[in-house]
Amino acid sequence: MSFTVFDDWKNEPLDEILYHCRELIEDETYPTIKKWRENGGKVLGHFQVYFPEEIAHAAGMLPVKMCGFPLDPNHADSHFGSYLCSIIKTSLEVCLSGAFELDMFVSHPICDAARNLAAIFGRNYDYPCQILYLTQNPNSEGSVEWLTDEYKRITKVIEGVTGTTVTDEALKNSIAIFNENRALMRELYDIKRDTPWLVSADEAYALVAVGGFIPREEHNDILRTVLPMIREREGRQEDRIRIVYEGAFCEQPPLDLIRMLGRTCYVVDDDFLIGMRYILEDVATDNPMTNLAYAYIEQSSYSPVQHDLRKLKEDMLIERYKNANADAIIVSAAKMCEPGLEEQVAYSHALDDEGIPYFVSEFEENMNSFDQLELQIETFLENILFA
Amino acid sequence: MTIANDQLVGRGNRDGAALFRDWFTELSQTAEAGEQSAYVFVMGSLNEILKTFDLPVVFPEINSLQTAVRRVAGDYLATAEDYGYSPDICGYVKADVAVQINGGEHPMGRIPKPSIAVLTNACNTYIKWAEIWERIHDCPVVTIDVPGTRQADTQTWPGDPDFENDCRYVEKQIHELIKTCEKVTGKKFDIDKFREILGNANRMSVGWKKVIEANKSMPAPFNALTDGTIFLGVANGFRGTKEGGDYFDDLVEEMQYKAEHGIGGLTEEEWRLVFIGVPCYPIFRKFNELFTDWGGSFINSTYLWFASGGTNLGFEYDLKDPIKSLAQGLLISVRDAMDSMFHQDRMLLDMVDDFNVDGIVYHPIKSCRTVSTGLADSRGYFSGKKDIPSLFVESDMMDARVISEAQMKNRIDAFFEGLKSRKDQASIAGKEG
Repeated sequence: MSFTVFDDWKNEPLDEILYHCRELIEDETYPTIKKWRENGGKVLGHFQVYFPEEIAHAAGMLPVKMCGFPLDPNHADSHFGSYLCSIIKTSLEVCLSGAFELDMFVSHPICDAARNLAAIFGRNYDYPCQILYLTQNPNSEGSVEWLTDEYKRITKVIEGVTGTTVTDEALKNSIAIFNENRALMRELYDIKRDTPWLVSADEAYALVAVGGFIPREEHNDILRTVLPMIREREGRQEDRIRIVYEGAFCEQPPLDLIRMLGRTCYVVDDDFLIGMRYILEDVATDNPMTNLAYAYIEQSSYSPVQHDLRKLKEDMLIERYKNANADAIIVSAAKMCEPGLEEQVAYSHALDDEGIPYFVSEFEENMNSFDQLELQIETFLENILFA
Repeated sequence: MTIANDQLVGRGNRDGAALFRDWFTELSQTAEAGEQSAYVFVMGSLNEILKTFDLPVVFPEINSLQTAVRRVAGDYLATAEDYGYSPDICGYVKADVAVQINGGEHPMGRIPKPSIAVLTNACNTYIKWAEIWERIHDCPVVTIDVPGTRQADTQTWPGDPDFENDCRYVEKQIHELIKTCEKVTGKKFDIDKFREILGNANRMSVGWKKVIEANKSMPAPFNALTDGTIFLGVANGFRGTKEGGDYFDDLVEEMQYKAEHGIGGLTEEEWRLVFIGVPCYPIFRKFNELFTDWGGSFINSTYLWFASGGTNLGFEYDLKDPIKSLAQGLLISVRDAMDSMFHQDRMLLDMVDDFNVDGIVYHPIKSCRTVSTGLADSRGYFSGKKDIPSLFVESDMMDARVISEAQMKNRIDAFFEGLKSRKDQASIAGKEG
């Protein structure tokens, strides 16, 4: 890569960098993707939650995270029925409206709606529109071997788009870049957890989300620059409730909602954009494809859409809560998100049993009024604070 | 018609209903005796393995739809919603949660607790649903991951390296399921009994394919929506059993007889329709009548394909290499069931001419996003390829709160008026030509 797509932040003070990151993730013209394509680059759009972006990166593609967009689905609406979450519609809308173009689309059978997306894209575009099967039986002894084969299969499709062979060396190099990226995001989350007054929820969100629209080398540059600046920030600890926000594994709450949360409490852990942070440890590079598959199965976080007998979701949430030294949990779900809504029930009953305070809510990526929600959350938090 | 023939026509429905009653009676007895059972789903039930271990199978999807057909689903949905489940999730799941909360009681009797739950990834809700049982019953849950079609028209077949990778994975999981069943039941896997069961399943698969093909005949011998649902129940509940094999042998005989003698599911079949989606169970008969009153006959449906787990393909197991063959069959058949939901536009293009189809009825439902999410897009694609009118009418398979009969009737009437007008115009154009 001999060019960069996002330079606005360079040589700027922290607040300006954060401003530019927020602006970029809400910019409906998607300038970084356009710039990438103008320079001859190919773009792979992958739907939530997790995609082994290293493979696309090693082939020279820009992997773009299709995590919902702040658009009205004016073009996409006629392609869908009712009773669907927003992210499904806006992920098609962003392409139908011409906001940006893809060279390949990948979705995963994470939920009943999302597994339809590849077929829908395929009926509307001539480029490869694929399902990448991520194992739903990670407890099988055959799962790592099979997922490795599945990664190799999708690699061939990617190579067909780029005309570039993905060598082991290229993949090792990409894994190293992504390992650094994940380490930097872990550091950001350490700061959120240990000193949440230094970085607000929306600032941290923007710093992670921007990585979905730019090459990961550039994202690393930003994080490497910003993290020391955040640590040096002057901030005073306030008497706020520490919360874990759960339920944003796929569709994302609007930035204004996260900003509202940041004003109201300390968000000390969450599952915002969990797919970018799904691999919890460095991926070994000696046998890159196998190690990528192994990492998804053995070194990963959790979400309601990855079935694993070893990861009962409510146990995982309680562990997240304890590790974050939180006071309460906001158990959220995107409207019409079946896995999220189903998990809310399990979470609620488990948290009742554990006596952990929680607040149940729903959101939609395109919602624009938060007054009532803010009032409810404030009341919930005050009940804890003054209990 | 002779007396013998009188007994032949309608036999499938009569025998199917009797088998159904026997099945539920047996499940109630199993529950009362506190004996073992397996919970499974229609797309990839693995009945072939479970029957080898003599495990009675419970299909919660079928129990749930029974609550809707018997018009008591509202009570079950309310129980689950009171427990915390959202109105926006699958009604089948909620009805089953209510059945579990009520100790297994449901309109057809009582179901036993599961000793094991087996599911495939053909529907993601299966996975979440089984996680609920895991919490309630603390039973082993075995997920068989069956990779489906990655992109339209790119299915691979035996011999292709990608297919063989998938097949090896499925076979591995089947071996793991067998081990779990041995542990749960305390019985050793009997390969000879397994072969016998596969042989019965083969008879059913071959029969199911022939039955569906019989409806190419005009008039169609059976209604894919109403009669077809009875046949489906037997295809699922009795897969791998002698009774199931015999039933389908008989059903083929009946359908072929009806086809040869011009006996249709509808006396005056004026319009031949294909149904896409899941039936509107809360008004099951009425929904059908809204079409039959106009002479509309459902001669095929994607429901007969995916809800049989792809048995419609007629895949036959190779009894010489039974476990590998089961893996192949599961992979090919469940993949086809998924294709029936995600890529049914391709399948429709392949079949509408052979079946002389006049119209397509798309019926997306609130409860099932697997089936419904892509239907509007698929309809648009199909319409661009084939000049066959279609109707798009949304409702639900469980929740009467989102069903408006009057509105539905208006849309259906308008659809038929359109079909009629189109036919009249074609006729006039033909005369003028």
